[in-house]
Parts: sequence; C-alpha cells; structure tokens
Amino acid sequence: MTLVAAGLIVVLLAGITIRLAIESAGTWARFGLGFLGGTTWDVVNGVYGALPFVAGTVESSLLALIIAVPLSLLTAIFLAELAPRWLSVPLTFLVELLAAIPSVVVGLWGVFVLSPFLRDTVEKWLVGALGFIPIFSGPAFGIGLFSASVVLAIMIVPTIVSVSREVIVAVPGAQREAMLALGATRWETTRRAVLPYARSGIVGAVILGLGRALGETMAVTMVIGNKDIVPTRVFDQAQTIASKIATTFNEAQVGIQTQSLIALGLVLLAITLALNVIARLLVRQVAGDGGGLASGG
Amino acid sequence: MAIDAAQPETPGAPEGRQNPQGRPPPETEETAVAGHAPGVRHAPGVGHSPELRPGVQRLPIAVGPGPGDLTDGAAASEATAGLLEVRHLNAYYGTFRAIRDVDLSIRPNAVTALIGPSGCGKTTFLRTLNRMHELVPGATVQGTIELDGVDVYGSNIDPVRLRRVMGMVFQRPSPFPTMSIYDNVVAGLRLTGRHQRSELDAVVERSLRRAALWDEVKDKLRENGMSLSGGQQQRLCIARALAVGPEVLLMDEPASALDPIATLRIEELIAELKQSYTIVIVTHNMQQAARVSDRTAFLTMGEDRAGYLVEVDETSRIFTNPRERLTEDYVSGRFG
Amino acid sequence: MSQGIPSSLVAGRPAAALLVRTRADRRRSLVNSAFQGVALLAAVACVVPLGALVTFVVMNGAGALNLDLLTRPTRALGLGGGAAAAILGSLQIVPIAAVIAAPIGVLAALYTVEFSGRRTATLIRFAADVMVGIPSILIGIFAFALFVLPFHQFNALAGSLALAIIMVPVVMRTTEESLRLVPGSLREASLALGVPMWRTALSVVLRTGLSGVAAGLMLAVARAAGETAPLIFTAFGNQLINVGGLGKPMDALPLFIFVNARQPYEAQNSQAWGAALLLLLFVLAVNVIVRGRAGRRNSR
Repeated sequence: MTLVAAGLIVVLLAGITIRLAIESAGTWARFGLGFLGGTTWDVVNGVYGALPFVAGTVESSLLALIIAVPLSLLTAIFLAELAPRWLSVPLTFLVELLAAIPSVVVGLWGVFVLSPFLRDTVEKWLVGALGFIPIFSGPAFGIGLFSASVVLAIMIVPTIVSVSREVIVAVPGAQREAMLALGATRWETTRRAVLPYARSGIVGAVILGLGRALGETMAVTMVIGNKDIVPTRVFDQAQTIASKIATTFNEAQVGIQTQSLIALGLVLLAITLALNVIARLLVRQVAGDGGGLASGG
Repeated sequence: MAIDAAQPETPGAPEGRQNPQGRPPPETEETAVAGHAPGVRHAPGVGHSPELRPGVQRLPIAVGPGPGDLTDGAAASEATAGLLEVRHLNAYYGTFRAIRDVDLSIRPNAVTALIGPSGCGKTTFLRTLNRMHELVPGATVQGTIELDGVDVYGSNIDPVRLRRVMGMVFQRPSPFPTMSIYDNVVAGLRLTGRHQRSELDAVVERSLRRAALWDEVKDKLRENGMSLSGGQQQRLCIARALAVGPEVLLMDEPASALDPIATLRIEELIAELKQSYTIVIVTHNMQQAARVSDRTAFLTMGEDRAGYLVEVDETSRIFTNPRERLTEDYVSGRFG
Repeated sequence: MSQGIPSSLVAGRPAAALLVRTRADRRRSLVNSAFQGVALLAAVACVVPLGALVTFVVMNGAGALNLDLLTRPTRALGLGGGAAAAILGSLQIVPIAAVIAAPIGVLAALYTVEFSGRRTATLIRFAADVMVGIPSILIGIFAFALFVLPFHQFNALAGSLALAIIMVPVVMRTTEESLRLVPGSLREASLALGVPMWRTALSVVLRTGLSGVAAGLMLAVARAAGETAPLIFTAFGNQLINVGGLGKPMDALPLFIFVNARQPYEAQNSQAWGAALLLLLFVLAVNVIVRGRAGRRNSR
C-alpha cells in the first residue's frame, strides 16, 4: 500500500506530462514546431503561435533573476557566514515566511501598491536616465513587464536564499579556516573558498528560482498587463504562458483554442521539468539528499 | 629522510646565510614611509610587493644546514625572529575558560610540542597564537602574546596580517578542491593583489620544494589538489602555508589523519623546516613529540576543566626526568 | 637551491615590521567592510517586501474585514455583500484536499523511509522534489482534463483533487524528514518483540513522528489554501454559497481575491483586501506556529 502511494507520485508526474501532451495533440498536429515561433494568437481565424507568451515568460523571468540573484546571494552569504545567530535565525525565518504568502495576495499588493509606486519612482527614473536606450524608453505605466519582474523577484528571493544558504552552510568549516589561516579577510574567504566550493549548489538554487519564476501565475497575471505581444521594452505590457492560460482558459472554445493553450502549458512544463531536474541534481551534489527543500520550493 | 634528493651541495650557501646582502630590508611599506623620505617608497632590492617578499627571499631548506649539522642550526637560532612570549594567557568560549594562565616562551628555529590529554586546550592554545581562536563566536582571550616583542593582540595589529606571519596547518589536509595544485600553493599570495607570473612560478617551486613535494608534483601542477594522496595533500597544505612567508608555523596534529609512512615524511619535513621557522606542533602522539620536538610543553586540565601549563622543558628532559609529578605520570603512563 | 638566493634565516628579522599593516592591507580591510555592509543591506532589503506587504494588506484589509464580509455572499456589480461563499468554499475544498493528500503523502513517506531500497527511495524523493517545482496552473489543467472535461461541469471536487496533487509531494517530504528523526532503536525494539514490520511502521514509527507529520500537513494546508491557479478551471468560483455540492462550482478565498481585484469598483477591490487579510492571517499564523516550533528542532 505504501508502495502504491509512493508509486502514485511517479505516476502523477508522468501522467501530467502525458495528459498535457494528449490534450494538446491537435495543436502540434496542425502547427508543428512552428507553433513555438508563431507570433499571432488569432482566435477568430484559428491561428495560434506561442512566441509572445514564451518571450514574455522568458523576459520577465530573466529580468527577475537579474534583480533577485545578487540580492539573494548576498543575503544567503550574510545569513550563513556573517550574521550572528541571534540575527540569522529570525532573518532566515522572515525570508522563508515571504515564500509562504499566497501568490494572489502578492498580486493584489502588486497591482494596487507596488506598481503605482514603481511607476512614480524607479520607472520614472529609468525612463529619464536610460530612456535613450530603446528597451528603457517610455512610457511606463506601472502595470507591465517591469513590475511583473519585480514581483517575481520578490517571490523567488526566498527560494534562492534558502537553498543557497543551505548549500553554503554545508561547506566544510575546514575550507574557511584554511583560507582564513592564510591571512584572508571574511570577504576573501567567502569569495575564494566558500563560494567556489558551493558553486554548483548555488547554480542549482538560482535555477530553482528561475523555475519558480517561469511558472508563477497569479501575481504575474495581475500586474503584467495581459497584452499578447512580444515585448521589446521593459515597460511593455505583456503576457506570460501562465498568465495567458489563467486569463483565457475558461473562455476558450473547447477544440483548437483550448488545445493551443494546453500546448503552451506543455512548453512551460517541459522547461520547468528540465530546470528542476538539473537544479535538484546540482543542489544534491553539494548539500546532500535531505534538507527542507520541499518547503523551500 | 629525503636529504639526498633535497639537499644538493651548494657551496656558496654558508656565505649567503651570513651575508644578508640580497635580503630586502625588513621594513614594510609603512615603515619605509615613516623611516625615509616620503619618496623612497620602494627601497632598492624590493622588486616585488612586501607580501611576496618573505616567500621569495627565504632560502629553501635545501641549502640550509643538514639535520645532523646542529651546531649550525644552533647558531641560526640565536636570531630573534619568530620568538613568541606568552604571558598570563586565558582563553574563553563565552564564559567557559578553556585555557588558564599560561606562561610560555617559544623559541625560534626550534620545534615546540604541545602534549596533554585530549580536551586540555592544546588546540585552543595554538589558535590563540595566530588569533584564529577569536573567529569562534563568543571566544575571547586575556593576557599577552608577543611575537618578537610585538603584542599580537595590540590594538594596532590586524589579525588578518598576523595570520600571514603565523601560518597554520590543520589536522585534516584541506586543499581547496576547486583549485589546481599550483593555485592551492599561491592561494595566499593571490589575496594580496596581482603578481607576475614568473614570481608566482618561483614561489610555487620554492614552497613545494620546501614542503618536499616538488618532485612528486612538478609535472602535474595543473591537476586538482584532491588527486593527491592524504600525505601529499598535507604537504601541499604546508607548502600553501609557507608560500605567504610566515615566521611561525603552527601545526595542529598535522599527521594524525595520515598513515605511518606519510607521517614519517611529515616528521622529516618538520625537522627541516625548523631551521627556518618557529614551529609549534600539537600532537596526541607522545612518540611523535619525542621524535620531532626540541622542547615540549605539557598541558593538562584543572578541576575547572580549564587547561593549564604544567611544565615546559627540553624534550629529552620531559620524557626522561620531568620536574613535575603530573608530567611524569602522563608520560610514563603512556609509555609504560 | 640552484638559484642561490641568499638566505634571511640567519640574521632573522623581527616580526614587528611584518606585522605593520600595508596600504594593500587597508584596502582589503575596506573591501571586506564594504562587503559586510552590502550583505547586511541585502538581507534587510529581502525582508522589506514582507513588511510592506503585510502592512498594506493589514491597512487596506482591516477596514473591509467586517461581519458582512464574513457572513454575506457576494452581490452583483459591486453592490457590497461579502465573502461568505468564498470562505465556506475554502473550508470545504481545502480540507477535502488534505484528506485525500495526507494518507498518500504519509504512506509514500513511510515507503521511502521504512520499506524501500535506497535507490527507489532516492528516485521517488527526486520525483517528489521535481513535482513541487511544477507550476500549479499546469496541475490545474491536468485536473481540468481529468475531472472536469469528462463531466462537462466545473466542480469543487476537481478543485480539491488539484490541490491534493499539489499537497502530496509536500506532505511526503516533510513527513519523511520527521520520520527519519525516529530513532532506529525504537524500530528494533518493536521488531524484536515480534511485531510485524507494517505494524511497527504504523504504530511505532508513525506515532513517534506524529507531531512532525502534523506540522508538515499544516504547512501543506496553508500552502493549498492560498493556491489560486489550480482552482480557476476546476472549482471555477461561484457567487452563491455552495455547501456540500461538490459536483458544482464553488468559490474559494483566493479566487474571490483574484476576481474582485480585477473589478473596476472600489467596493469590490476593498473586499479583495479584506479577503486577502483573512487569508494572510491564516497562512502566517500556521507558518509562525508550525515553523517556530519545528524550526528549533530541525534547523541547522
């Protein structure tokens, strides 16, 4: 019976993949791999292409990584290497608490608080200072790719922080001591002994964060603007795979439209599965089999 | 011993030792600035950065006196470099006192062994010397430790700097696994900025020769340090410590994780290195202490679980005719 | 050595000069301080969004959190009403999901910890970890295809099943961790008494690890309670109160927040804030209580 339960997990994993493949077969049959490159999503004429959503997903996630990775790594280093225990324990807890906040609540805050704030501060400043570069040109509405990326960054910071903190903590003390005994400062010890040792695990943590960003749905749906275009500016209103599915799946006609949405889902699944497998293997290599990764991700 | 391989006859060597002509002046940048006209920042003969200087200038053991040549070694030991004076040293972990009131004078160019039952604070004592002790949260030190008359706990002393002068070798070999053998050796030098390739090459060869590892690794310097055997790894760690040019070498049970043959090589190496360095070695192995050290300090644990120094003397005396009853019990108990 | 570099060891050199800090040392020490400062700032910056979020949800939600919100169903076109349908919906969908997921997750954990070989355990554990990373909206599509499409009817049970699928790997991993803490001697004692392996697993191992299992389950419930994406095409949402009609559409708090946040009426937006505060309080309370307790035990 326990075997059945355990087996069910593997079956579910396979089942989800197969089911999505079957349900989207019509789209693949009609458009083939050209589906991935198609830029139109025309319900009236029945022409479906995934590019705007793939682009929106990838762009928002990468932008989120650019914001979140330096912040998260410094935080993980601070928590694992620098902070005294009385500070690192509550801070770690608070960062992990951030991961527990429901996506829809983050989205609500994103729409009504964060994006107006960004519009009036950071975005205004960016347009003013860097507006001559096409991707930073205005106008900036708050709602759009940039706000979505900031929201995503906030949501993946806990993942990257907690996994990389664990990986850094797992670096043997002897490595630190050896570097310190050579007359290295804390910073040099971290950079030259600790981080190289933990490198693959940290890469794993970042990939886990990326996986989470790619699949994050509600908060992004609420702030990205839901416009089916291939975004070319960071302030463009856009659409990700997940937000496209979330906003249109229920209205979709069963048939090629639904199939195409599920095909989008399959693309997302393939990307996130691959990333997760890679990330887990990398993290396992450094931090071992255990660890509270399930709760962190 | 690997004397034959490591000790080519170098006729000019004795002169070189007596004549410090090529030895860069002892000043660091700062003292140079203070002592001379402001413009004379780089004294003649200082071709490289001050950090690099010690490692470069030190003569490899190979040209030093042979191990049998003790009169020569004794002459060398009259020099004062690397003299450690420990007075009223107390070390704490939080409120727990791990070391109580240790007074100890550690001679240069000699090996001082620290022996005693486990938990008596030998390692803690060793780590107070190069201020590694204070890295443990809550760990503190009272008392003074002077290196050549300078209080290493003085307010003007940077512990990071101090650790370059007092190198440390740990119980378990700990090469940096992401670095090659070459990079392991120069890891300490790389901390202090850019160095010319040729300088680094020279330091690598010199340090590895001194650590009696050169012949075994010279053809695979680019390979990973973890590919070496345990004993080789430990000698790599010794080379790594030597490369930054320390005065003092602190060794914390350096052979305890090694097999007997590798242990023997380390002990031979210690005997050679003492001609250039002040060596303090913690060991749980009394035969080892008897074999490698010139002086032995016996520590034990008091009622309050704090370690204290029972006595320190010439090694031969400690093991044959110690003054203190406690020492005799410990030494004979183990040997009995 | 062959280079014939003169020795310094005879004359010796007082360490005093070596111990003086150089300009390079000061620069390095400065870099080090800067690094520590920046790292501290980063850590603070990571906590700021949490503070801002909680503050605004409390500020905007407190006004909306009244008896109406808790007891009234939604009324059309922003004419007020409350979140009663959503609250009651969540109170049905989530517990049913937990009831489905808990035994599967716990049994799977028992299997990997107590019965299986190392390799199988690693494989299943790995599958569970990977499954945690699957976007929940895809689980929603999966549940839609399996439990909605064949019946041509959005239904609450499909929502519960979708949430259950999300919960299973979470429950399994947390259960595993607490079961591993059960000392092997307990098992052996029980087995030595002639108690069969399955009964040992159930009555000794599971019972000893029970508090940990419960903690893991609570965390999974908190997570499921906030999930929106898997419910959109399963439970669908419902303006009317639905109690017991598992075959029919049903509202849930996260759906309620999502829908009301997107309306152009301030009254509805305000209801969304009120519901968000409700949800946030529940999720934070569970996390603080469970993690505060388990964190002390498990954290390294």
